[in-house]
Amino acid sequence: MSVRAVEAPASSNLAGRIGLERTLALAARLRELGILLALAVIVLVVTIQTPLFFTVANFEEILISVALIAIVAVGQTAVVLTRNVDLSVGSVVGLVAFVTGDLLKEHTLGVLAAILAGCVLGLGLGALNGLIITVGRVPAIVATLGTLNIYRGLAFLIAGGKQVSLIDLPKSYLDIASSSILGVPTLIFSAVVIAAIAAYLLRYSGTGRQLYAIGSNPAAAGVVGIPSQRLVFGAFVLCGVLAGVAGVLWGSRFGTVNASAASGLELQVIAAVVVGGVNIFGGSGTVVGAVLGAILLGTIQNALTISHLSQFWLQAIDGAVILLAVGTDAAIRNYFQRILTRTGRR
Amino acid sequence: MTQSTPILELVGVSKRFGAVEALKDVSIALEAGEVHALVGENGAGKSTLVRILAGVHRPDAGSLRLDGQELVLRGPASARDHGIAVIHQHPNLFPDLEVAENVFIRHLPRGRLGAVDWRELHRRAEKLFASLGVAQKVNVPVRGLSVADQQLVEIAKALSVEARVLVMDEPTAALSTHEVERLFAITRQLRDRGVAVLFVDHRMDEVFEIADRVSVLRDGSHVITATVSELTPEETIRHMVGRRVESLYPKEEASVGEIALEVRGLTRKGVFNDVSFTVRRGEIVGLSGLVGAGRSEIARVLFGIDRADAGEVSVLGKQAVIDSPADAMRLGIVYVPEDRHEHGLVLDFSIAANISLPIVRRLSRLLVMDRGRERDLATDYSKQLQVRSTSVSQRASGLSGGNQQKVVIAKWLATKPTVLLLDEPTQGVDIGAKAEVHRIISQLAVQGLAIVLISSELPELMGMADRVLVLHEGRVAAAFGRDELSQERIMAAATGHAET
Repeated sequence: MSVRAVEAPASSNLAGRIGLERTLALAARLRELGILLALAVIVLVVTIQTPLFFTVANFEEILISVALIAIVAVGQTAVVLTRNVDLSVGSVVGLVAFVTGDLLKEHTLGVLAAILAGCVLGLGLGALNGLIITVGRVPAIVATLGTLNIYRGLAFLIAGGKQVSLIDLPKSYLDIASSSILGVPTLIFSAVVIAAIAAYLLRYSGTGRQLYAIGSNPAAAGVVGIPSQRLVFGAFVLCGVLAGVAGVLWGSRFGTVNASAASGLELQVIAAVVVGGVNIFGGSGTVVGAVLGAILLGTIQNALTISHLSQFWLQAIDGAVILLAVGTDAAIRNYFQRILTRTGRR
Repeated sequence: MTQSTPILELVGVSKRFGAVEALKDVSIALEAGEVHALVGENGAGKSTLVRILAGVHRPDAGSLRLDGQELVLRGPASARDHGIAVIHQHPNLFPDLEVAENVFIRHLPRGRLGAVDWRELHRRAEKLFASLGVAQKVNVPVRGLSVADQQLVEIAKALSVEARVLVMDEPTAALSTHEVERLFAITRQLRDRGVAVLFVDHRMDEVFEIADRVSVLRDGSHVITATVSELTPEETIRHMVGRRVESLYPKEEASVGEIALEVRGLTRKGVFNDVSFTVRRGEIVGLSGLVGAGRSEIARVLFGIDRADAGEVSVLGKQAVIDSPADAMRLGIVYVPEDRHEHGLVLDFSIAANISLPIVRRLSRLLVMDRGRERDLATDYSKQLQVRSTSVSQRASGLSGGNQQKVVIAKWLATKPTVLLLDEPTQGVDIGAKAEVHRIISQLAVQGLAIVLISSELPELMGMADRVLVLHEGRVAAAFGRDELSQERIMAAATGHAET
């Protein structure tokens, strides 16, 4: 039988099928567009109500406050893609911020060395998470819930009730956050660079693609010979390093650091990642999405603060946004799944 | 077809899982450029053979030879490295990744600095699909594809590494007619390129359409290998079935009573169609058919797990609406599922807790369980069904397969049912326990239960059932009374060769 003969009956179905495939591909990209759209709507509405909102200064303020969350969200994205989660990032940021500040306060290390020490500490904490999860085979959500408390406890232990204040810190350290590179505030600049590099690597490096594969179908990843455990470990290390970087910047930005710095940051980070369209069950999502998610949540927070809403509304709306984003995702996914199983059946 | 040294050979391969000998001294050779069908009943050892070729299992005895050289497979990756690609019935792809990426996942084309060259990737994938004569978009995620298209992705994946042996495990099971045709066309094309294709199937019409040679497995043994011109479908079926002893089936005569279950025109779209039958008290009605013919699916609908699209069900003469398992249980229909571990038992619970599970409410006063009554009841049923355990407080996970099955049955008997749906009740149970489970089934019929017995084992149906309905692709293909039953007849009907 010739091949052409077979193609004929198949093609009757083909037009509809390809249309469906196109819609699916579009739906995948829809998320980022959706966030941009939501952003536009919020900006429009809030600007009409409070003209104060629509200023360069305010947008810069939003982006600066989002920058740290975005940096941590990049690492979190790598972890979530592999079907894991890192709940300890807030504690890592806090511990690194405090330790870095303390080293500078006591003049133990120079500014550069202290910054490096902070990043290495983040790496170590991430590696410990990775070890517990890959070698100890403890589910990530439990393991990092444990280290969330341990790392935070460590910060309190080291602090012993003290805190690091603005006057304790050298000017060159504090300048990092207030300086600019090419006219862009350093915080924003570093977040953009980190996100861009990560986005490139996830899309174009073999390792990046393997992270997606692990999360998409762990069993198949094993069969194909992808070193899942090593890569999951690597994702946690990356997440730790980026939380370390964020910790160093945290101290520089706020100047005052106590042992409970960045408490609860992990939830903001995970919210950003999820709102940004990274599937909490792994396998799909992008760094760009996660960063946009962070910006959306940051903008909403800013808008609500400017509109003088109570803290309750702030949190409730944050929560609603998460549910809306994830709910829409699930609905779209289910919808297509249903269509597909129907056309797939005989 | 010219014969040369076979590409891949199994030589005297045996494999055992616990008490079950899955393969016994099997020798089969695959030639370059042939489509070789592997047939056998459910449980004949086909899947085990496929898993050995896939590098998942290693043979206990015997060996594999590739181009005449001894071959040891240390895992799935090792099989693929040697050019053996296995396509499972349910493709194992990365749903979130693009088609092209799935095809080349192990050797993505790289450009500068080792970055993935997406354009080259798409180009290569398109070329590959074009060479198969298939129009497939390669930059869409696999998640949206039908099973048939996913199989093609698997085939393309195999070709991307120039596989010389392609094993397809029941690839047509989930395909529509024209999808099957397309798969066959591609299979022939691969054969003409010199690939050895092992086609595991049990639909006779398909086997005789696609295969050059056929090998038959029965009870783990290799029965025959012959070219399709040397065999007829009927002969092949006879080889698959063989002759077996029937002492395992202590069927007792039960007095047949009123109609307990009546099913009329039951339909679940795409799964089964227009199924009608009745079961009287004291009767055992067998449901036969190949895996996927719709047997378990009917039971699932009768137990309210899935919904019917059309048709009526009456229990004891009264029309019944079954929307949930709770409805089914209220009507006296209970279901012993195929997978005891997943659906039948709570392995971490004690025997007593498992048995009392469906009637927890009845055993409770206010909010508190009456542990004493639970214990007495469980002990009664355990005794009646001869569950071998230290006590009813022993955990279910510690019991043997046969005893676990008895606990599942006991659990339902405690609800005092009218209709008992048994799905592969003796699967994975050793021979001795099998006979015991059969005796229990037989006694339950004598006690007046109406029993529907789903089984892949023809001798079991022949030994136990008063009547057997044979399903083929979701329809009742034939019905046989006890005295008309023969394995050949059932198998012929199940493979789409009904005489009537």
